[in-house]
Amino acid sequence: MNYVLPLIITFLAGLLMLVSEFIPHKPFESLVSELEIWFMIISGFAIVLGQISLLKMNIFKIKYKSEGWKYCIVTLSAFFIMLLVGILWGTESQAGLLGGGERIIQSIGEKPFDYIFKYIYQHLMASMFSLLAFFIASAAYRAFIARTLESALLLVSAIIVMLGNTSVGTSMTSFLPQSLNFLHLPNISKFIMDYPNTAGQRAIIIGAGLGIIGSSLRVILGIERSWIGGKK
Amino acid sequence: MKKNVFVLLFIVVLLCFLYAKEEFRVYDLPNDDGTSLQLEWDKSLADVGQIEILKSFDNKYFTLMQIPDNVFQFTDTDSSFSGKTIYYRLDVKNKEGELINFYKASAIPKAQWFNMQKLPLLIVLLILSFAIVYFINSAKRGKDLYIRRINGLDALEEAVGRSTEMGKPVLFVPGIMDLDDMQTIAGLTILGKLAEKTAEYHCRLIVPVSKSMVLSAAKEVVKTAYMQAGYPDEYQDNDIFYLTDDQFGYVAGLDGIIVREKPAANFLLGCFYAESLIVAETGFASGAIQTAGTAEPSQLPFFVASCDYTLIGEELFAASAYLSKDPQQLGSLKGQDFGKLVIILLIIVGVVLEIFGISVLKDFFTF
Repeated sequence: MNYVLPLIITFLAGLLMLVSEFIPHKPFESLVSELEIWFMIISGFAIVLGQISLLKMNIFKIKYKSEGWKYCIVTLSAFFIMLLVGILWGTESQAGLLGGGERIIQSIGEKPFDYIFKYIYQHLMASMFSLLAFFIASAAYRAFIARTLESALLLVSAIIVMLGNTSVGTSMTSFLPQSLNFLHLPNISKFIMDYPNTAGQRAIIIGAGLGIIGSSLRVILGIERSWIGGKK
Repeated sequence: MKKNVFVLLFIVVLLCFLYAKEEFRVYDLPNDDGTSLQLEWDKSLADVGQIEILKSFDNKYFTLMQIPDNVFQFTDTDSSFSGKTIYYRLDVKNKEGELINFYKASAIPKAQWFNMQKLPLLIVLLILSFAIVYFINSAKRGKDLYIRRINGLDALEEAVGRSTEMGKPVLFVPGIMDLDDMQTIAGLTILGKLAEKTAEYHCRLIVPVSKSMVLSAAKEVVKTAYMQAGYPDEYQDNDIFYLTDDQFGYVAGLDGIIVREKPAANFLLGCFYAESLIVAETGFASGAIQTAGTAEPSQLPFFVASCDYTLIGEELFAASAYLSKDPQQLGSLKGQDFGKLVIILLIIVGVVLEIFGISVLKDFFTF
């Protein structure tokens, strides 16, 4: 019985979204945007749950001196500092309880919230993102070992695509006459990316699209219930 | 004879009148919600001079816009139309801005009850839906359906067993998107099955999430799974927690958990973007057995390179049905396979028709 109401709501909402995709007439045309607004409102309330979870977990770890509890102090400090400066002086477009923070802006150039965001947060994010370059190198090193025919093909096509995108690749085949233009590395690279690669990606996208339709039908019809903790 | 000639002449004049191309035309934009009108004018008018469009609801015209050079149509979108007659005037001016000529036209915007452009989509959707319902009913009647094996899912129990033997936790990551993404829902359905296994094996399950709504859903799913497995006391509410909404903040948190907790099995199932490889490579370095799955084609190569098992696209959505062994759900998978067969046939027929220069099928599905 606990699941009957959510299943009815899911069925009705799913059906409405499906129907509104094909009917441009009122009131269907505005239903999608209306439901998206509802979703945003519910998300807004749910943020509080997330913050409570964050605080609870970190305080719990500090209280019981769990492994790495000192990091939790850093997390909580960062959380409260951002909250405090945001409330007191506001953000770029909004004033806080103490106004726009004009005097602080004169000394550091920006409001404290924006200053921390710009000069600490963004750099930390960029640092994490830049790690990707090293991870790509290590993953590529393992992926490009020619153990089987398939991995050898992968290796060869990867080398062609990489060289085709560099000036070295262009110069390597520049001696070829115009009549053999299709053998120029940048052209072979473009061919691999435009045809075999695109075909493979589209096959995955079509499969995923069918999977989404199948999953959606299972959810809308109530056959799949485990996402709400149901039995099936 | 004279009478026949007169009738013929009359018909010709009538047809000419009906099909005479006006210099300035306004008509309702089809397949919309009745808030758009399409304005078109002859190229010859633009050659004369500058064009200005004026609009009126009650014969009081106001300037709508100045038309740039080489533009011969304009779509007026206005939510306040609601079935009223809208009047337009097209002013042709010379370089000095003096009015040379003007043309008037009007139309009533109408909302349509069906978007004909989406007819092919509806047909495909109906075929697929009927196939899925048919195979579900077949499965209900007891028909044995063959579903191909998915190694990554068969290894789920093995991964949990390994974690239990090593005395280490299992990590589940449902991606970085919210509950409105089908991949997240697919991930949560697998989480339910995984949680049942970890409950049976008395293995710790860690679920860090990046969205508050996913947190609530994940808690509910895991709690129910532990209850259904018969071990409600083993459920640890603190092991399902929120990290941050930020993409790289989340990945930093995940990396920290992987390095500190050293889970023996990592499940990365949901929607992932640039963070996929950072998590998967950290997991690989920690020596965990990794199962990943996403429908994002750009992230799949990273998972294939770094994980032991990868659920590619549709396999992620099939996972829950596959693991449940429920005939109804397996029937829906068979329906999806039928849909694939239909699409393969359409592609082959489309390619053959295009080779012969016939674009009927391509045109039908282009919207």
